[in-house]
Amino acid sequence: MQLTQHTLPNGLKVLLKEIHTAPLISHWLWVRAGSRDEGPGLSGISHWVEHMQFKGTPQFPAGELDKTISRDGGFWNAMTYIDWTAYYETMPSEKIDLALRLEADRFINSQFDPKEVDSERTVIMSERQGNENSPMFLLDEDVQQAAFDKHPYKHEVIGYMADLKTITRDDLFNHYKHFYVPGNAVLAIAGDFDTQRMLARVEELYAGVPSGPAPTRIAQDEPAPEEERRVVTQGPGETVFVKAAYRSLRATDPDFFALTVADSLLAGPSNLNLFSGGISNKTSRLYRRLVEKDLAVGVSGGLQATIDPYLYDITITVHPNSSAEAAVAALDDEIKRLQDTPPKIEELLRAVKQAKALFAYGSESITNQAFWMGFAEVFDRYAWFETYLERLAAVTPADVQRAAQQYLRPERRVLGVYQPDGSPAEEE
Amino acid sequence: MTRRASIPGADDITRVELGNGIVVLARENPNSKAVTLRGSLLAGGLLDPDDKLGLADFTASMLMRGTAARDFQSIYDSLESIGASFGFNSGTHTTGFGGRSLAEDFGLLLQLAREAIYTPTFPEEHVEKVRAQLMTGLALRAQDTRDMASLLFDEMVYRNHPYARADEGHPHTISAITRDDLVNFHKNNFGPRGLVVVVVGGIPAAAAVEQVRAAFEDWHNPQQPAQVQLPPWQPLPERGYRRLDIAGKSQSDLMVGTGGPLRKDPDYMAASLGNNILGRFGLMGRVGDSVREKAGLAYYAYSSLGGGLGPDPWIIAAGVNPANEEQATELIFKEVERFTTELVTEEELSDSKSNYIGSMPISLESNGGVADALMSIERFDLGMDYYRKFPDEVNAVTREQVLAAAARYLKPEQMAVAVAGPPRTEAA
Repeated sequence: MQLTQHTLPNGLKVLLKEIHTAPLISHWLWVRAGSRDEGPGLSGISHWVEHMQFKGTPQFPAGELDKTISRDGGFWNAMTYIDWTAYYETMPSEKIDLALRLEADRFINSQFDPKEVDSERTVIMSERQGNENSPMFLLDEDVQQAAFDKHPYKHEVIGYMADLKTITRDDLFNHYKHFYVPGNAVLAIAGDFDTQRMLARVEELYAGVPSGPAPTRIAQDEPAPEEERRVVTQGPGETVFVKAAYRSLRATDPDFFALTVADSLLAGPSNLNLFSGGISNKTSRLYRRLVEKDLAVGVSGGLQATIDPYLYDITITVHPNSSAEAAVAALDDEIKRLQDTPPKIEELLRAVKQAKALFAYGSESITNQAFWMGFAEVFDRYAWFETYLERLAAVTPADVQRAAQQYLRPERRVLGVYQPDGSPAEEE
Repeated sequence: MTRRASIPGADDITRVELGNGIVVLARENPNSKAVTLRGSLLAGGLLDPDDKLGLADFTASMLMRGTAARDFQSIYDSLESIGASFGFNSGTHTTGFGGRSLAEDFGLLLQLAREAIYTPTFPEEHVEKVRAQLMTGLALRAQDTRDMASLLFDEMVYRNHPYARADEGHPHTISAITRDDLVNFHKNNFGPRGLVVVVVGGIPAAAAVEQVRAAFEDWHNPQQPAQVQLPPWQPLPERGYRRLDIAGKSQSDLMVGTGGPLRKDPDYMAASLGNNILGRFGLMGRVGDSVREKAGLAYYAYSSLGGGLGPDPWIIAAGVNPANEEQATELIFKEVERFTTELVTEEELSDSKSNYIGSMPISLESNGGVADALMSIERFDLGMDYYRKFPDEVNAVTREQVLAAAARYLKPEQMAVAVAGPPRTEAA
């Protein structure tokens, strides 16, 4: 099915794709605003603005929005990431106009009522406290913090507790007004509709939205660190975790695909689909080296498609009878092996076949297909997604070896260890 | 031209009972290049001896660790090389299996399923590997406030009933399990009677059934025990409260509830629609509105209704700051009180019905969604046209029936309150 791309006079980019396999439409609005756009004292503000977008407009008052969508059998949600904020609704096709109207409305008419801001403040603090209950969140936060000096990628999307206490209603409103302008957004719709009619409706709904000045995005390049940094996070529990986070590449970097294949070989294929599970990684090099040799009980890798170079991380759950040191030594050995010897062509073919299968699974869901249209557009162009498999297939063994040599050097990484204090749980 | 998916029904689901009692359900999805396989065997945690709790779960985790034909690496090499996935999991009543592959690789998926079910070898080395993984999982569970609140809850609500037991066991019971226990559990309890196999995806239903027949019709196990009958369950004589301290945590998770209806109970649909009003609809129903939206006490607050083969829990759960446990509990009981003494409004019920009916196509959009639906049709004896008649069943429910179901199950004075969180002296 062909994709239609169109930019409205006010700058809003619109992507439409007809898919008629089910009577459903998925509608996504992407805003280029994430934690990378947050200055000092304002960490977590993009995510908080996202929460406030559910608090109503004069046309759709708080509490009515969610009921209206649910009543029509749709599901909706939003998510904030380091580079972007996305809002989506998947609805029965004949009901989609509601999502179109609602999203166009709250794009400019959200109220940010001070009372709602205060009640949401405690909700978000509670969300953060829930995260803090997880050892992996505590470790992630410390590793991220150590990995960057200035770049706002150094803080978690949820923000620091201190900032959550002090961010004001006006801070939130200004952030919203600054970033929620048509030239800084992408509207992606996939499903059971007629493209010309859908485009006309989008034009009608967004025609009155003024173009506004293009927002300034504060993030800038930060060179990769020159020596390895180490952090130890202490906390409750019995289980030791290791996280090795290497400064990665922007999604548009020509080497991104070679690093993707390196990740697949080391830790198993990363799943690109948001609404469709992945596959296991038991034949990956790190699983064989760490888990099969009883150094770890689990290992995973994570490479994200981002605007600026972010982090490629390898997370190890250390075996109860082993140690962080032994697991890291084995990890380093495996990376060295990839740096010293190019992988076999069969390993690369396998990585491509796995990616193809994951795409086939993901295409069962219209929500997932619509996700991809806007997602790729936020950090590059839709073509990034369309050419993904062929660019993956073009990677050579020498490319993978070179990527490992260049990007998986210890000096480019933060090595974090979660060291439990062993305190047990007790009933009152 | 794409073919449009319809709601599954008697005319497009193929159901065949094999000679040995296995029931196969298959449905073609001509739009999909992939296939989903699901199965459910009548052997679960209910068969575990008390001192070896977790045996069914441990057994399920061992089935893919080696078979008469392949060792661990070659099993996963076959799967991962083609981007397929397959695995087992165990519940209270059943052991499930499932996976997916590209349609052209379905034969291999079935072959692996057959080998893992017929001829697992339980290699000694892997018994210890899996044991270490399970023990790590239990160590993480002990640190997880939600999991621990849920364990406390089950111990209270299901005292003198098998549902009080944790299917994944405890460190001392997992330590006590020997290789012989695993071999015998498999030999004595796995059999074709009651096995349901479901295939959905890009292969013709008749061909799928024949492939399943070829793989499984020769299976017999005269030792297979009769299905375990649950003893009757009695609600608590009075309200129960237990709290577990887990040092170093930020948030408390609390769970309020009791046992709910069986899936086959005549008032299940009324209870389910009611539960949607209580703690799901929109942003988590009345409970979400009260605890999260109005009081700002929690990031998550919702209700959930099990509805399986036995009296699964009907609960309201929330994650709150330890200082707010009492206030949140009070608000939850206030909602329970109202829900069990007053009729829901016409509008609430009609919203809830539209939500159920409207969201059905989304739940049936993927192969996995249809496979789940087919499994429910068979397991709960819903009838082949259940999903086509679903709107009628939903629309027939009255406000009075919702109130009767609510009052029958949710008696505030017989409910349990379970909390796990940081020691209160430590709480901020």
